[in-house]
Amino acid sequence: MSEATGAAKIAPGDNSTLAFDVERARADFPILGQEVHGRPLVYLDSAASAQKPRQVIDAMSHAYETCYANVNRGVHRMSQLTTDAFEGGREKVAQFLNAGSADEIVFTRNATEAFNLIASSFGRAHLGAGDEVVISELEHHANIVPWQLVREQLGIVLRVAPIDDAGNFLLEEFEALLGPRTKLVALTHVSNALGTVVPVKQVIDLAHGRNIPVLLDGCQATPHFAVDVRALDVDFYIFTGHKVYGPTGIGALYGKKDLLNALPPYQGGGDMIASVSFEKTTFKDAPHRFEAGTPPIVEVIGLSAAIDYIAALGQENIAAHESGLRTYAEERLARVPGVRLVGTAREKASIVSFVMDNAHPHDIGTIVDRAGVAVRTGHHCAQPLMQRLDLAATARASFGLYNTRGEVETLAEALESVSEIFG
Amino acid sequence: MDDLRELYQEVILEHVKNPRNKRTPADANRHAHGHNPICGDAVEVHLKINGQGVIEDVAFEGRGCAISVASASLMTEELMGKTEAQAKALFETFQEMCTKDDAKISKDIDEDALDRMRVLAGVRAFPMRVKCATLAWHTMSTAMAQKDEATTEQDDIGA
Repeated sequence: MSEATGAAKIAPGDNSTLAFDVERARADFPILGQEVHGRPLVYLDSAASAQKPRQVIDAMSHAYETCYANVNRGVHRMSQLTTDAFEGGREKVAQFLNAGSADEIVFTRNATEAFNLIASSFGRAHLGAGDEVVISELEHHANIVPWQLVREQLGIVLRVAPIDDAGNFLLEEFEALLGPRTKLVALTHVSNALGTVVPVKQVIDLAHGRNIPVLLDGCQATPHFAVDVRALDVDFYIFTGHKVYGPTGIGALYGKKDLLNALPPYQGGGDMIASVSFEKTTFKDAPHRFEAGTPPIVEVIGLSAAIDYIAALGQENIAAHESGLRTYAEERLARVPGVRLVGTAREKASIVSFVMDNAHPHDIGTIVDRAGVAVRTGHHCAQPLMQRLDLAATARASFGLYNTRGEVETLAEALESVSEIFG
Repeated sequence: MDDLRELYQEVILEHVKNPRNKRTPADANRHAHGHNPICGDAVEVHLKINGQGVIEDVAFEGRGCAISVASASLMTEELMGKTEAQAKALFETFQEMCTKDDAKISKDIDEDALDRMRVLAGVRAFPMRVKCATLAWHTMSTAMAQKDEATTEQDDIGA
C-alpha cells in the first residue's frame, strides 16, 4: 500500500498483472490521496470524468509557464512554438485513433459539440424531409437531442435500434431498420450506462453494404481499449478528452477527409476562413474549416500528454486490468443482499450498473459516499434507455486504470450497510 | 455515520415502507406535477380545497428516493384539514429547516407538527439531497396556486 493513496484493505499482490503495476499508476494521480468524510477517496465514477495524472497537470502548467500564445497567428516565436505544440496534439490524436492523417482530426469543446457539429453540418449537406438516421436505445442524450433538433428543422425521421433485456445490441433488428432513406447510422461504441460493447465492425459492414456512412460515439470506448478507425473503416468517430485522463474543454471528431471536406462549416469566425470580404467568404479545408475562433490550446496539449500517458502504460495492459476488476466487481456485488446488476451484455467495458431491492439509487449514492466511495446515481443522461429498462435510475460503478480490488471491496461493504439500513 | 443515522431514521424508513395517502383522489380539484431533472424522480400532488380554503384531502403519487417519498408522505399528514395560509406557513418553515441551522419557525405552527417535520431536517447535512426533501412541498405549493382543475408541469424546481 502506498502512503500517498492511503487506500484501505488492499491485499498485497492481488492488484497487478505482470505488465501493469496499479499502485505505481495510482501514485501518478495526486487526487487519489484525498480523503472524503474522513475516508480514503474511492473514485468509481471515471465514466463521468476520469481523474488526471501528474503528467497531464504538469504538461498544462508547463505550457502556460513556458510556451503560450495564440495559435495560427503572427510570426512571433511564441506563437510558432505554441502552434507546433497544438498541431502536434492533432498528430497525437490521429495516432491514438490510427487515423490516416492529422487533417482528419477536428478539435471541439467536448464530445457534445462534436455531435452538434455533425448533426448540423451533415444535416445541411445530406439530409432532407423523410431521410432517416438510425440511432439505438443505448444512446447518451448527446447522440439523441442534436438529431431531434435536426428533425425539427428538416423533417428527418429517427429510427431506434433495439437492445435485449441484458443490454445486448440486436444486429438483426438493426439491419432491418436500414432502408433506402437511411442516410446515416449514429451509434455508441460502448454504452455509458450499461457498459455494453456494440459490435461496431458488423454494424459498419452492414451499413457500408448499403452505402450508408457510420458515426460512432467513442467516449466510453477510448478510455478502455485501443480504437483503430481505419481497421473499423468507420466514417466519423467522436471522443472526449476528460474521460481519457485529459482535461475538460477538449473533444475530438475524426472524419474521413473527403467526407469532412464535403460538409459546410459549423460555426463562422476567425481561423476557419480562406478569405473574407463583405460580399463573399471562402473557407479553409478540414479540419480548420470546423474550428472557428481561438481553440482550446492548452487543453490540446493536456490531451496530448494524456495520450502519451496511456500509451506508456499500454492500452492492452489497462484493458486487461480493468477487465479483471469488472469481472471481480460483478461477482462481488451480486453477493450483496438485494443487489441486481443492470446490463449483463456478452461483451462489456468496465462499467457496472446496479439497483437494489429496497433502496433507491440516490439513497445508495448518499450512503456509500459517507464511506468515501464516489459512484454515479441517476439516469446517466440516457433517459430513453432507463425507460426501455423500466427503471428511473441506477447506481453505476465505473472503473479506471487506477482502481483496485480493495476499492471494489470497500464499495461492496458500503452496499452491505445500505442493505442493513433498508432491510 | 451519525449524519446517515439521522437522515435515515426509523420514522423515515417506516414512511417509505408504508407511504400515507399515496393515491389519486377522484374529487381533487388542484393538481401539479413535480420533477427533479437531476435524478428523474417525479411526483404528482393532488389537493381537494373547499370554498373556505381548507384542504379537505391531499394525496400524492410518484416514484423516488427514500427522502422524497417520506417527505411526500409526511407532508400529506401535516396538510390534512389545514387552511391554505397554514399550508404556506408549514412549507416555508419546512424549507428553512431543510437548509438552515438557525431556521426561522413560523409562530403559528404547533410543537407537535414541528417535531414531525423535524425528522427530515437531517437533510441539512446533505446539500445534494435537499431537493429530494422539498420536491413534494414545492409541487404542493404549485398545485395550491392553480385554479380549480388545473394541471401544471413544473420542472427544475429550486430548493
